[in-house]
Amino acid sequence: MDLNFIAFGVYPYIALAVLVIGSVLRFDREQYTWRTGSSQLLRRKQLVLGSILFHVGILAIFAGHFVGLLTPIAVWDFLGVSHGFKQMLAIVAGGLAGAFCLVGGLLLLHRRLFDARIRQTSSFGDTAILAILLTQLCIGLATIPLSLGHRDGHEMIKFMSWAQGIFTLNPQSASFVADVHWIFKAHLTLGLTILLIFPFTRLVHMLSAPVWYLNRRGWQLVRSKRQMPVSRRSGDLPR
Amino acid sequence: MKVRAQIGMVLNLDKCIGCHTCSVTCKNVWTSRKGVEYAWFNNVETKPGIGYPKEWENQKKWNGGWRRKANGKIEPRMGAKWRILAKIFANPDLPEIDDYYEPFDFDYGHLQTAPEMKHFPTARPRSQITGKRMEKIEWGPNWEEILGGEFAKRSQDANFEGIQNEIYGQFENTFMMYLPRLCEHCLNPTCVAACPSGAIYKREEDGIVLIDQDKCRGWRMCVSACPYKKIYYNWDSGKSEKCTFCFPRIEVGQPTVCSETCVGRIRYLGVLLYDADRIEAAASTPDEKDLYQAQLDIFLDPHDPAVIAQARADGVPEAWLEGARRSPVYKMAIDWKVAFPLHPEYRTLPMVWYVPPLSPIQNAAAVGALEMDGEMPDVDSLRIPVRYLANLLTAGVEEPVTLGLRRMLAMRAYMRARTVDGRIDHGLADTVGLTAAQIDDMYRIMAIADYEDRFVIPSTHRETVEDAYDLRGNCGFTFGNGCSGGRTELGLFGPDKRSRAKPTAEVA
Repeated sequence: MDLNFIAFGVYPYIALAVLVIGSVLRFDREQYTWRTGSSQLLRRKQLVLGSILFHVGILAIFAGHFVGLLTPIAVWDFLGVSHGFKQMLAIVAGGLAGAFCLVGGLLLLHRRLFDARIRQTSSFGDTAILAILLTQLCIGLATIPLSLGHRDGHEMIKFMSWAQGIFTLNPQSASFVADVHWIFKAHLTLGLTILLIFPFTRLVHMLSAPVWYLNRRGWQLVRSKRQMPVSRRSGDLPR
Repeated sequence: MKVRAQIGMVLNLDKCIGCHTCSVTCKNVWTSRKGVEYAWFNNVETKPGIGYPKEWENQKKWNGGWRRKANGKIEPRMGAKWRILAKIFANPDLPEIDDYYEPFDFDYGHLQTAPEMKHFPTARPRSQITGKRMEKIEWGPNWEEILGGEFAKRSQDANFEGIQNEIYGQFENTFMMYLPRLCEHCLNPTCVAACPSGAIYKREEDGIVLIDQDKCRGWRMCVSACPYKKIYYNWDSGKSEKCTFCFPRIEVGQPTVCSETCVGRIRYLGVLLYDADRIEAAASTPDEKDLYQAQLDIFLDPHDPAVIAQARADGVPEAWLEGARRSPVYKMAIDWKVAFPLHPEYRTLPMVWYVPPLSPIQNAAAVGALEMDGEMPDVDSLRIPVRYLANLLTAGVEEPVTLGLRRMLAMRAYMRARTVDGRIDHGLADTVGLTAAQIDDMYRIMAIADYEDRFVIPSTHRETVEDAYDLRGNCGFTFGNGCSGGRTELGLFGPDKRSRAKPTAEVA
């Protein structure tokens, strides 16, 4: 087994297993720790702009990676999207979202490290995950010049094949990315590591994104501990 | 008609001496933990003042409560559901901790450990967030105590609306009152409506509004949505917390800690029956000046056989119906109309009610006149402007407050006639629309205020929904996973927040 196979053929499964099992376990056993960990109450400064830019950027990037990597190549071909066009779309949209995210993330990291209130109340995990995400973002942005070197999208196809191979249990998937530039490999490895540590960080709050709220009928929630009224069960009391 | 019961509270401000016993006992029980040092589920404000957090009554600033839309429906002032979700990354309506105050402790240890020195050692303040020295404390939970601070700041009080407030800055015309505040356990709570996680809920059986600590994700919309600013974000646990109405005590028929320990005996607890089907219509009343009356119309007469029958059908236990008939809250709020809801214009239909305070008569000559002919003084001659009380309690409508105050004055005059002159003054009772028997009852409940008359709390019938055998050996009130042991500081998902409450000396 070569290092490439371990990193891109075995490690993804370890990371995904920890991601899924860890998240389920934490949700089941430790829901009290499942929260956003917002620090807006302690310091509003730099958070409003930083957090909005960071979240909008990272959500766009996440959606781009998810759709871009996991949509089967046949679907793109069926839709008539050329590889070259998809590559340019990824560069432009990803670069823009990346810039948003970088500015927001730097604002947040600066605040977390240099604001006494935030620094004192941050756990190691809070600071570390933000730093890791920003590092990953920078590596991701650093791939843009490389991608500009192959605008026909053939490198991109390698990553799509790899990612889809992982989810279709293709044992050959690691070989698809064996010859890509080391910056891409660093990006993949760190990305998998983020999935690995995901359940142990505040990132879990993204799984609770309250989109269901939009679907709530009315406004109020009432919980009842009471069983059916006695009269309806036995009819022994006047109605 | 859908009958539900709720334990409501009345605070008789006429007897509040502003001693803060309620706040301190509440804090000792509920918020003496890391992350909520700044939070006071119960606090006592001196009015007029901007309060805690700063200007909490200014909804133009904080966007709390509800607003009525052009189509007659209501929605949180923060906006529709998508508007609330749009604030999730950064909430523009969220107060910062400095709007409450930066929690601090003093270096008391230094008093004992200081070496021999020229000057007496002092205990200087230290932030409980950063642990750093605070050179100057600029604001606190009760900064305006007994009219502390300059009038220019205190006059920002939203209840001065419609009042030429300059003259109340003059020494001769100044006035003050105490306002103890806690969660209102509203019939139409905005916090519940604004919580995207659905973690906040109202209990059907007793109306208590609680936050599910496991389901709360810390989106912090409830803090903004509550117009009374009575939900606090625990910056350590990342969850919102609020007054629990001491539900473990209420369930077994005991009064809340704040009520139990009130030395002035100003607090009352009792059952109110209400029609849950009428809540939305009442909260959507077009003119906010009608909201007080609309809220009164929701409550049902516990003596009405039709109400009793429907309540039984809706599963209200018999002890609760009996409690509703004896309820001091029903008597004061609905029978005698001497207690009023706090800021009905927020459309939350609050369930903590206030008896407005009487105050000294402005003009000394009027006092002499009172003694000569035994008539009641005009409430307009009281030191606290009626309009101010009306802005606080009835959305600015003065008549109900005036009647309430006149009834309290009449009770005094009536009792004076009864005990000093030995006569029952039916005429006096008539002038304020009460009977002599009612005034006798008012006197017993409001002036004597025996423990059994103040607190009429039927216990919750948990035996019908819980198997006591399953609960044996359980550990009472906890967060999260029951009383599972085996927690360490090196937990898989981070240290256990529950066991991190440290004595303040250690925090400092």
